Amino acid sequence: MLGKLTLAAIPFDEPIPLATSVVLIVVIGSLLTWITVKGYWAYLYREWFTSVDHKRIGVMYCLLALVMLLRGFADALMMRSQQAMAIAGAPGYLPPEHYDQIFSAHGTIMIFFTAMPFVIGLMNFVLPLQLGVRDVAFPTLNSVSFWLTASGVLLINVSLVIGEFARTGWLAYPPLSELKYSPGVGVDYYLWSLQIAGVGTLLSGINLVTTILKMRAPGMTLTRMPVFCWTSLASNLLIVAAFPILTATFAMLSLDRYLGFHFFTDDAGGNSMMYMNLIWAWGHPEVYILILPSFGIFSEVISTFSGKPLFGYRSMIAATMAICVLSFLVWLHHFFTMGAGADVNAFFGITTMIIAVPTGVKVFNWLFTMYGGRVRFTVPIWWSLSFMVTFVIGGMTGVLLAVPPADFVLHNSLFLVAHFHNVIIGGVLFGVFAGYTYWFPKAFGFTLHEGWGKAAVFCWTLGFYLAFMPLYVLGLMGATRRMQHIDDPSWTPMLYVAMVGALVIAAGILCLVIQLVVSIRDRDNRRDLTGDPWDGRSLEWATPSPPPVFNFAVMPNVEGEEAYWGIKRTAIEQQRLADEPQYEAIEMPHNSPTGVITAFFASVMGFAMIWHIWWMVILGALGAFATFVWFAWRDEDEYEIPAEEVARIDRERRRVRTEVLLPSLSRPA
Amino acid sequence: MSDAVTRADHHPHHDPHKLGRAHGGGHGHHGPDTKHTIGAGEHGPASKRIIVGYGFWIFLLSDIIMFSAIFATYAVLHGATAGGPTSAQLFDLSNVAIETGCLLISSFICGLAMIAAHERHMLWTQIGLVFTGLFGLAFLVLELREFADMIAHGAGPQRSAFLSSFFTLVGCHGLHVTVGLLWLGTMMAQVWAKGFTQPIQRRLLCFSLFWHALDIIWVALFTIVYLLGAGQ
Repeated sequence: MLGKLTLAAIPFDEPIPLATSVVLIVVIGSLLTWITVKGYWAYLYREWFTSVDHKRIGVMYCLLALVMLLRGFADALMMRSQQAMAIAGAPGYLPPEHYDQIFSAHGTIMIFFTAMPFVIGLMNFVLPLQLGVRDVAFPTLNSVSFWLTASGVLLINVSLVIGEFARTGWLAYPPLSELKYSPGVGVDYYLWSLQIAGVGTLLSGINLVTTILKMRAPGMTLTRMPVFCWTSLASNLLIVAAFPILTATFAMLSLDRYLGFHFFTDDAGGNSMMYMNLIWAWGHPEVYILILPSFGIFSEVISTFSGKPLFGYRSMIAATMAICVLSFLVWLHHFFTMGAGADVNAFFGITTMIIAVPTGVKVFNWLFTMYGGRVRFTVPIWWSLSFMVTFVIGGMTGVLLAVPPADFVLHNSLFLVAHFHNVIIGGVLFGVFAGYTYWFPKAFGFTLHEGWGKAAVFCWTLGFYLAFMPLYVLGLMGATRRMQHIDDPSWTPMLYVAMVGALVIAAGILCLVIQLVVSIRDRDNRRDLTGDPWDGRSLEWATPSPPPVFNFAVMPNVEGEEAYWGIKRTAIEQQRLADEPQYEAIEMPHNSPTGVITAFFASVMGFAMIWHIWWMVILGALGAFATFVWFAWRDEDEYEIPAEEVARIDRERRRVRTEVLLPSLSRPA
Repeated sequence: MSDAVTRADHHPHHDPHKLGRAHGGGHGHHGPDTKHTIGAGEHGPASKRIIVGYGFWIFLLSDIIMFSAIFATYAVLHGATAGGPTSAQLFDLSNVAIETGCLLISSFICGLAMIAAHERHMLWTQIGLVFTGLFGLAFLVLELREFADMIAHGAGPQRSAFLSSFFTLVGCHGLHVTVGLLWLGTMMAQVWAKGFTQPIQRRLLCFSLFWHALDIIWVALFTIVYLLGAGQ
């Protein structure tokens, strides 16, 4: 009846997972009770869960990412403390089978459920605003994408309470991940949560590529788009080209595990190295999927706060697209030790090093943008500065690892761990934090607290160096990754420093939380009434904060690069705004529960597959098909906002703009 | 952007069947210059028909990439028969030729059905769609019979890595055909119930793109798996 699911799946005998589960259930339970008591369900369902507004979906993605950052970081603290404790014979407090689940969950959650949703959330929120349009190409599909990601998050967190998670590392290499060596449900949790979330990501990529290429305001030619749009385009092209490979690879591993196929098994001709090739043919583009939007954010932030157009706009685009193409030609550097031979390794080593060239172009462009500018040292610019120093170090250790002979020594060592944390924390994470601070007032209408933000930058930067520079050293000393205990007592000091670093990063996270709480508390004093708090240059700053549901009352006419800067300058020069346009009624898509329902059936099916509950799988599939037919049967999917309402909202915006841009006109005579 | 779109900009009457919306379409994305909203680039967002078709093309490309990963796997594992039957021993080209015929005819009829749908002719559209589905179903039955036959002779997917990849590659295409048939049935019901509205026309466009894409994949599959495999 319930497949492999029995009461034994709940970890009664393991105190740490049990305690975590209890805490998790209490927290979620009290949150749900609070929502119920306050009567927020109807509001949440109507305004958020079923929303197809790209801005709301973007906000939900970012919120999901922030929550998962806490979960993934809890794993990180446990790993660092275990390694600091279990030295020279001491057992530490995490038994190996639990420790293995923790490092697997940490990597999986941080990449798939923290970095990805954060990046996709920011793209979702910002792209239509920067392109001067009213929504993404497929608003309902956008909601489906988000909820499928949430479904993956749900499944991976259920594994904490019911059953176990994979003990295989974040990419679940076979043959270890095959049924023979991982008979439990851990790998199945891994496969289904990522498979479902991966479909969501793929749909999101299709949606955003179509949006960028087919929906831009009049006059917004490709070479007038802000650089963030370009890097997002590259990133989403990579999603469309790489995620299907992930889907296929996971499907093959699932067939091995569920139906006894022999893709990656040891016997019957299976080839586990093929899994490494396939997974990294997805995995290497994936790191560029994450970093390219961050590069875009830094470009926007640095240009805005330097008060200058971005230096080398076209070379930035060329560099972005070069990275986009090259990212598919380097995957083998993840396993030089496979033994493909000197020629193959040399090819992939060289292509890897070539990527440093366009990346270097970008760094110099950012530096030259700041050079000669009047830089305002706000929180986003501090994230950018910290990024530029940190990322260059990470890039250089990457080039070092790209040299095959060096890689043979450093492969799977803590040096590697230090390298990819260096680029992902110092690149991706600092980027999304900069973007979060930069666009927060646009989303919510008030700015984030500067002091706590700067404290967060400081703690994250210091914590990062303390936590990971020792790992570079340990890696050079021969420490391999994923060790549950340490035999060599001479490594103790470095491990202690790394532990302290993790605690400083924890302080950084705390600063971010306090920043958010303090800013919400003081929101009335922090209101952004202008819609343009940073003196921005792209179109999102032409809208009020938060923007109305339709973003733009009339689509802006773009006449050059830096669309809003041009409009602003013209208004100030001529001492008047452009003439009031002829307002027309606007059609907007209806909210739709399709995303929530699809994700519900996806979660049911995923859970049933994990536990081999076949009737539930069939039920889930039927439900999914019924949802499809029901959704396809809808007739009216749009509603109209009357012209008077549009005019009212936009006249208010024009009044505020006049006050801000042309103070002499709005002052009473 | 693409040539087709550029041309569309210069020929306001390129859309005789009113499949796109004259006024920017979709979510009310009409700019001040509504005459030129069809197309992309300098003239604002494309019409909804173009957006939907374009998005679906991107989806199809991603689907083809998924197939390419499985094709690559098949190529790697083709020789990994683990002492079991090889492709030359297993494949029956005459059966596959009939399968191919079914699929190509199905696609051809699908094209005819789309012409009928463009002309908003209910009866011929439905007849066309029925036969599209019947030939698709015939293809599926033949494929399943081939699978059952192989499994009965001890050449199932568990036998060797080669057979695992064969069943996955061909089966994945078959799964797509199955999903296509479910979609086709839904579309027939929708056309019947709602007539040739713009959303229905867009969905028919997507369906026919999907159905033809499956043909392209089958041609690759027929060549690489069956023709090359039977000779070795």
